Amino acid sequence: MLKDMMPHFELFQPASLDDALDLADRLGDGGWPLAGGLDSLNSFKDRSKRIEAAIDLAGIAELQGIRETDDGIEIGAMATLTEIERHPLIQERYGVLADAVRQVATPQIRNAGTLGGNVCQDTRCWYYRYGLACYRAGGNVCYADTPGAMNREHCIFGADRCVAVTPSDPAPALVALDAEMVIRNARGERVVKAEDFFMEPSIDITQMTVLEPGEILTAIRIPATWAGATFYFEKVADRNTWDFALVSVAAAMTLSGNTIDDIRIVCGAVQCIPRRLTDVERAVRGSPKNEQTAERAGALAVRGAKTLNYNHFKIPLMENLVKRAIRDA
Amino acid sequence: MTHMVPDLVDLTAPTWSPPHDLAEVGGVGTLPGRAGMSRRDFIKGVIASGAVVSGTAFLGGCVRPTAAAQGTVERLVSLNVNGQVRRVDVLPQETLAMTLRYKLGLTGTKLGCDRAECGACTVLIDDVNYYSCSTLTHRVRGRQITTVEGLESPSGELHPVQQAFIDELGPQCGFCTPGQVMSAVALLKANPNPTREEARQAMSGNLCRCGAYDHYLNSIMRAAARGA
Repeated sequence: MLKDMMPHFELFQPASLDDALDLADRLGDGGWPLAGGLDSLNSFKDRSKRIEAAIDLAGIAELQGIRETDDGIEIGAMATLTEIERHPLIQERYGVLADAVRQVATPQIRNAGTLGGNVCQDTRCWYYRYGLACYRAGGNVCYADTPGAMNREHCIFGADRCVAVTPSDPAPALVALDAEMVIRNARGERVVKAEDFFMEPSIDITQMTVLEPGEILTAIRIPATWAGATFYFEKVADRNTWDFALVSVAAAMTLSGNTIDDIRIVCGAVQCIPRRLTDVERAVRGSPKNEQTAERAGALAVRGAKTLNYNHFKIPLMENLVKRAIRDA
Repeated sequence: MTHMVPDLVDLTAPTWSPPHDLAEVGGVGTLPGRAGMSRRDFIKGVIASGAVVSGTAFLGGCVRPTAAAQGTVERLVSLNVNGQVRRVDVLPQETLAMTLRYKLGLTGTKLGCDRAECGACTVLIDDVNYYSCSTLTHRVRGRQITTVEGLESPSGELHPVQQAFIDELGPQCGFCTPGQVMSAVALLKANPNPTREEARQAMSGNLCRCGAYDHYLNSIMRAAARGA
């Protein structure tokens, strides 16, 4: 493995969000907002991404912290995963997020890594990360979807030329909690539902999120709608630490007695975006929370899955995780 | 054949040193009762005196000679490392591991993967453990950096965690040990009485290729019992 310096880039360390947004506006495509730096620096070291300038967001107070609001909580994009994992309010009311964040990588990575950076991570497809000119990198071939390709970790839903999956553990939890992403640029602010924040390859194959050059994700708002609901999160990976999910599931549900009143359930690592299982949600609303309903939910969840050469195992894995989410939540 | 071993290596001779340099574990330059200059001291001396020349050659290929854009970081910075303020010239894209090892001569911090995937480069920043290979040096201005060299007391006594690592035969090859020590110190600062499971979780960001994980856990539990 290469152990030399990253290629040169300029480093800006703005002290306010306005300065950062001005910089992002001025630098456009050449500017790279830098959060925890884990995913970004690896790409720079590997030369799979070249940037002209990094905008270090660490010194900006507006992007820090976790605040209680009139309608839920607002998490600064630069709040670290460790802060989120240990935050009493998040543990108490939005446990699915705390559980998801706790599953990310390692303690050191959670100390440095931020929620904003985590949801903006690039995909882990190693053909792409190796720097090959695949569809996602602007080329016209997918190296992961060929007869001999190693695609055990790749998608079973939503493939469109690219078969990569979303790498984020918190992302499915945020979609399950119906979170909102607050995005700003030099001219103003827009708020996007977490569900719409992630980009499908069929819409724009070169981007993982809806963020445009010049824009910075500033905060993640979690509405009180699902506060204190019944939650479930499980991530299955080859290793207990460091590793990315093979499949993960995040669910939030409200119950009357044993009947499921309302539910949001989302799977990670099966599609390029966190996959919200709306069919399952519709099917189990009003049903008793039992083995039978769970069984039905699991079968429904994997309907329409399309496997690649080495990822057939993801179908029973996803089916079982959805089943457990309903039964054991 | 057995008589050949003492012929080749006299285990009782005062100049013999263990194959795993304890300086690694201890962060100390010279061991008590060991005279003369160790290989490590010599290498460190070379690094300290030759850093300017070799460092420039090493880094030179990556530096584009462009005029710095307005508003970018100043290259000459002060870092607080192990309680000392060190002035150092830092490139914008330089990681803390690079600065510590190749500019400041603090080679106790190891570079294993350089990709936040092994933990050998773990250091403390304001008493919290981070991967120094994935931290830009410019980000830690004004913060307290502690490396394995900074753990011993002013009188040269080992940190209780280091002593426990020796007592429990924690390391095997020793390459991951400085990182393991730093994560253990961070854990015990935040939680002086961890359960074994909590310690296991806290140490999960440090790989050990020799697989000495249980020895490290024994060491941490012993250090905690001694009130590290």
